[in-house]
Amino acid sequence: MLKDIFVTPFADMVAAPDFLLQVLWEGLVSGILYALIALGFVLIFRSSRIFNFAQGIMVVFAALTLVGLHSFGIPAWIAVVLTLGVMYVLAMSIERVVLRPLVGQPDIILFMATIGITLFLIGGGEIIFGGENKVMITEELGIPTGDSVLEPWGGLLILQHLDITVVVVAAALVAVLLAFLNYTQMGRAIRALGDDHQAALSVGISLQTVWVLVWFIAGIIALVTGIAWGARAGVSFALEVIAYKALPVLMLGGLESITGAIIGGLMIGLLEKLFEIYWGQPLLGGNTETWFAFVLALVVLLFRPQGLFGEKIIERV
Amino acid sequence: MKDTEGYVTADGRQIGGQLMELKNITLKFGGVTAISDISFDIHEGEIRAIIGPNGAGKSSMLNIISGFYTPTEGELWYKGEKRPAMKPYEIARMGVARTFQNIALFEGMTVLDNVMTGRLTHMNAGIGAQALWWGKARDEEMENREKVERVIDFLEIQNIRKTPVGRLPYGLKKRVELARALAAEPSILLLDEPMAGMNVEEKEDMSRFILDVNDEFGTTICLIEHDMGVVMDLSDRVVVMDYGKKIGDGPPDEVRNNQDVIDAYLGVPH
Repeated sequence: MLKDIFVTPFADMVAAPDFLLQVLWEGLVSGILYALIALGFVLIFRSSRIFNFAQGIMVVFAALTLVGLHSFGIPAWIAVVLTLGVMYVLAMSIERVVLRPLVGQPDIILFMATIGITLFLIGGGEIIFGGENKVMITEELGIPTGDSVLEPWGGLLILQHLDITVVVVAAALVAVLLAFLNYTQMGRAIRALGDDHQAALSVGISLQTVWVLVWFIAGIIALVTGIAWGARAGVSFALEVIAYKALPVLMLGGLESITGAIIGGLMIGLLEKLFEIYWGQPLLGGNTETWFAFVLALVVLLFRPQGLFGEKIIERV
Repeated sequence: MKDTEGYVTADGRQIGGQLMELKNITLKFGGVTAISDISFDIHEGEIRAIIGPNGAGKSSMLNIISGFYTPTEGELWYKGEKRPAMKPYEIARMGVARTFQNIALFEGMTVLDNVMTGRLTHMNAGIGAQALWWGKARDEEMENREKVERVIDFLEIQNIRKTPVGRLPYGLKKRVELARALAAEPSILLLDEPMAGMNVEEKEDMSRFILDVNDEFGTTICLIEHDMGVVMDLSDRVVVMDYGKKIGDGPPDEVRNNQDVIDAYLGVPH
């Protein structure tokens, strides 16, 4: 038994490096999507102290809108632009109708409000687009669907073109967001707002503008993840679950940390895949990916309650 | 408009014309009158102090100038125009910068980033351009950075530029807050008890910085302070408030000998 846990998996990895590479690649693909979604959570949390429960349903809503618009005969790329427009209107409405009247309320109230938004979007989405599964318009968007076969060390490595596209697009989006947050005044405003509302007002930051902006960014992220995940699993309300996979990422990385979200996302993507293939399937009967991330987060929290990258809270007494 | 001419201070500095005028300001919270019917003005380039015992309404007055409170009655004239009711961030963009009594900094960000937020009022490039680090946005960022470095040098906080503000001691935080306000190159700089809770040495430093800022950049400063000694040394003209009313207004020497002011500070039955 001990040998199965501590020796065999590593021996397998060394024996078939091409297969290990395949596993790592697939881990990277989900990891970068987790990181992207976690970034959406972190942005909204940092600028408003709101834990946005609606992030998951926004993924579904964005994907549904895109597919829905296309089914009305609108060309794919114009549908993308229109969907972005819809996400912007959504961000504006959320700020105007939900957030603005609740400024200064306790965090838990705002959290409950995002649950309200979730329910509203589920209901609204079903009424407008119907509840049945749909197929993502992958080909119409020009996303390549084939695969490339590499042969490292005489082995076999299959790279889906879809996955390559996802990795490139998601990585580019993460990089642009990072630069935006760190090296521009608007990015600084976003980071500043969460720390102190009064001070933010005194340097000329408008709460409303920043909130609309971060919810819109969350909307863009939702659309990208919606397309990527929808292309593999179809567009249905079950897509919402992918956002909840970002929760352990946030526990690992800390809700405040942008770097934490990215590294946490990649870590969970890679580790859950490795665990599933080398430990889960041979020893536990597989399907460990649904719970592994949560257990990992739990273990980390036992030792570092503030997450891997969160600020350590020192209470002064 | 009366009194738009400048004047010459006791130590011979020329002060400009009227920059801001508050006319008959009254502020009520429900049944409580925090400020009743106060008028005074601030001239360009002067250091104007508002003093008074606890609860006199000094901070409320500052909050009215910076737009955090809207007066119940009265008018506020700024640069010769009547200022309509506006949001604090809009007023900040008109050149009114401030610090807070109980320090309001962005604790999680570095000193440099905190001071950079002071430049937000000078941001013109669109969000799209900023996201892509493009042309105008890029030039603006460089220019802002240069100005911010000057302020940081001036206030002698170079050595803590990259330190997260949360880790700094109290006196330095106050200085960083001043730096952030100064980075905005404000027309009026409002300081809410800049010396509160400081030791003698820190107070001396802060006084020196306030005088230097006024001298070097010609910034108009309006400050609230408890410490009478400090106020009398620093300011060109002083408004004295007590129980929401104005009881004195003028150069420090004049105010010092005002019987109402002496009563307010030493205490007589009201």
